[in-house]
Amino acid sequence: MLESITAILPDLNKAFLETVYMVGISLAIALILGLPLGVLLFITAKNLFFENTFINSLLGFIVNLVRSIPYIILLVALLPFTKLITGTTIGPIAASVSLSVAAIPFFARIVETSLREIDKGIIEAAIAVGASPWMIIKDVLLAEAKPGIIQGLTLTTISLIGFSAMAGTIGGGGIGDLAIRFGYYRYDNTVMILTIIVLICLVQIIQIIGDKLSYLVDKR
Amino acid sequence: MIEIRSLRKEYITKKSRVVGVDDVSLTIQKGEIFGIVGYSGAGKSSLIRSINLLERPTKGQVIIDGVDLTKLSGKALRKQRLKIGMIFQHFSLISSKTVFDNVAFALKAAHQSPEAIRKRVLELLEMVGLSDKKDVYPAQLSGGQKQRVGIARALANNPTVLLCDEATSALDPTTTKAILQLLKKINKEFGITIVLITHEMEVVKELCHRVAVMQDGRIIEEGDVYGVFAQPKQALTKQFIESVLDFELPSHLIRESKGSIIKIQFEGQLASEAVLSDLLQEHPVKANILHGKIEYIQNIPLGILIVELTGNTNDIQAALDYINKRTSYVEVIHHA
Repeated sequence: MLESITAILPDLNKAFLETVYMVGISLAIALILGLPLGVLLFITAKNLFFENTFINSLLGFIVNLVRSIPYIILLVALLPFTKLITGTTIGPIAASVSLSVAAIPFFARIVETSLREIDKGIIEAAIAVGASPWMIIKDVLLAEAKPGIIQGLTLTTISLIGFSAMAGTIGGGGIGDLAIRFGYYRYDNTVMILTIIVLICLVQIIQIIGDKLSYLVDKR
Repeated sequence: MIEIRSLRKEYITKKSRVVGVDDVSLTIQKGEIFGIVGYSGAGKSSLIRSINLLERPTKGQVIIDGVDLTKLSGKALRKQRLKIGMIFQHFSLISSKTVFDNVAFALKAAHQSPEAIRKRVLELLEMVGLSDKKDVYPAQLSGGQKQRVGIARALANNPTVLLCDEATSALDPTTTKAILQLLKKINKEFGITIVLITHEMEVVKELCHRVAVMQDGRIIEEGDVYGVFAQPKQALTKQFIESVLDFELPSHLIRESKGSIIKIQFEGQLASEAVLSDLLQEHPVKANILHGKIEYIQNIPLGILIVELTGNTNDIQAALDYINKRTSYVEVIHHA
C-alpha cells in the first residue's frame, strides 16, 4: 500500500496544484465581478438609494438563470466561449472559465444576502449625513457586510473545489479528477481514499481560516 | 429657519394608499427647539424624515434658510444635507468603524482634508465627553455613549439644523436627562435649530421652546410649551400633559368626600403667591390639600393643587369666586 502511495505522490502533487490554480483563478474572478454584481443587486432593490426595478429584475433573472444550470452542463455549453477566451477547451485554464461563470452569480447572491442583513438605519444615517453613493457602498455597505462576505468567499471556495472535480472531464485536472480517474475508473481504493483525505483536509482548513477571518473583522 | 408648506406624504402599497402626513404647514424659527409629539402612527416620524428628504414628500415644500429642498436631488441635495444633522433612536452607527471613524465619516462626506478631519473629530469628541473612547467600536459603548457619538457625527459639519428622531426613546431616564442637557447646551452655544419628535411629554417639558401635537398626520395643536402645558385645548394634548402632570386621586377619596374637590392651577408669578392662606383668612371654609405640585417649565413655575373645601354651600361658592379671581384656572372635580 505504501508503495502505491509513494507512486501516486507526484500525481497527487500535480493535481493539488491544478486544483489550487483553477479554484484560485475562478475565485479571484468571482470576487472581482461577483462583488459588484451583488452590490448592484442590493442597491437597485426597492427603497434603496439606486432603486431601479428594471436593472434589478434583469440582473436577478440572469443570476438565477446561470445558477439553475447544473455545472456539468454549463461546462459543456460554455466550451465555444472558453475556446474564444483561452484559445483552448482543455486544461485547468479552460476549466477556470466555466468555474468562474458558475461562481460569479453564486457569490453575488451571497454578497446580496449579507448586505440585506445590514440595519437599514445605518444606511439611512449615512444618507442623512450627506455621503455620496460611492462612500455609502465603500464605508457602510462593504464595511458592515465584511464578515458575511468573508463567509461567502469561504463557501464559494469550497463549492468551487467540488465543481472542479467535474472539470476533469475536459482534462482540467485537479484532485477531484484524480479521485475519479483512479478510484472510480481503476478501482484503486488507496488512491481514492488518499485523495479524499486530502480534500477533507483542504476543505476543513479553508473553513477554519474563513471562520477565523470572519470573526476577526466582526465588530458587532 | 425651517418652513414646511402644505406637506403631504402618502405611502402607496399594492392595495391601499396610506396618508402619513396630511397637509402640514409649520414654521420653525432659527435657534428654536421645536418638539413634535404624537403616538406612533401619528406621522411625526414621516414629518421629520421629510425635513431632510430621507422621505420625499408627495406634495408640499421644505424650505431651510431659503433653500427649497424638495427642488433638489443628487449632489445639490447632499450638499444641503451637510447642513442638517440628524440623530436616531437606535443611534445607527457604523458597527465596523471606531468612534473616531464614525464621526470622521461625516467630515469625509464634506470632502475635508485628513488633517482637518482629525482636528475636528477630536474637538467633537471632547465636546460630547468621549475623548477616551475614540478607538473603541460602537458595540463596546453604552446607549448614552452611542448617542453622544451620534450627536458628534450630526454636528460634524456645523449644521444649522439638528433633527432628533426619538433620540432618547431607547435610553433610561438618567441617560435621557444627560442627553437632553447636552442638546440644550448645543442649542445655546451654537444657536442650532433643533427639531425633535418624541412620544414622551417629559422630553418636551425639559427641552422644547415650542411644541406641536400630531394626530392622524395632522397638527392638531401648536404653541409655546408653557402655554400648551398650562392650557391644553385638545383632548389628546391633555392626555399627553397628564402623563407628566399626573394628578390621579384615589377613587375612594372622591367618593367619601363631604366637601367640594377643586383643582387650582397657578401660572408663573401666581405660583409663588400665598393664595390659599389668604383664602382661609377671608372665608369661613376649611381647606384640605389632597394633592399638589409645582412644575418648572423653562424655569417658569406651573403649580397645581387639588384641595377639598368644606363648609356651607354659600361660603364655598364665595371661596371659589375668590380663587377664580386670584388664579388662572379652577376646575371643580367633585361637588359637595
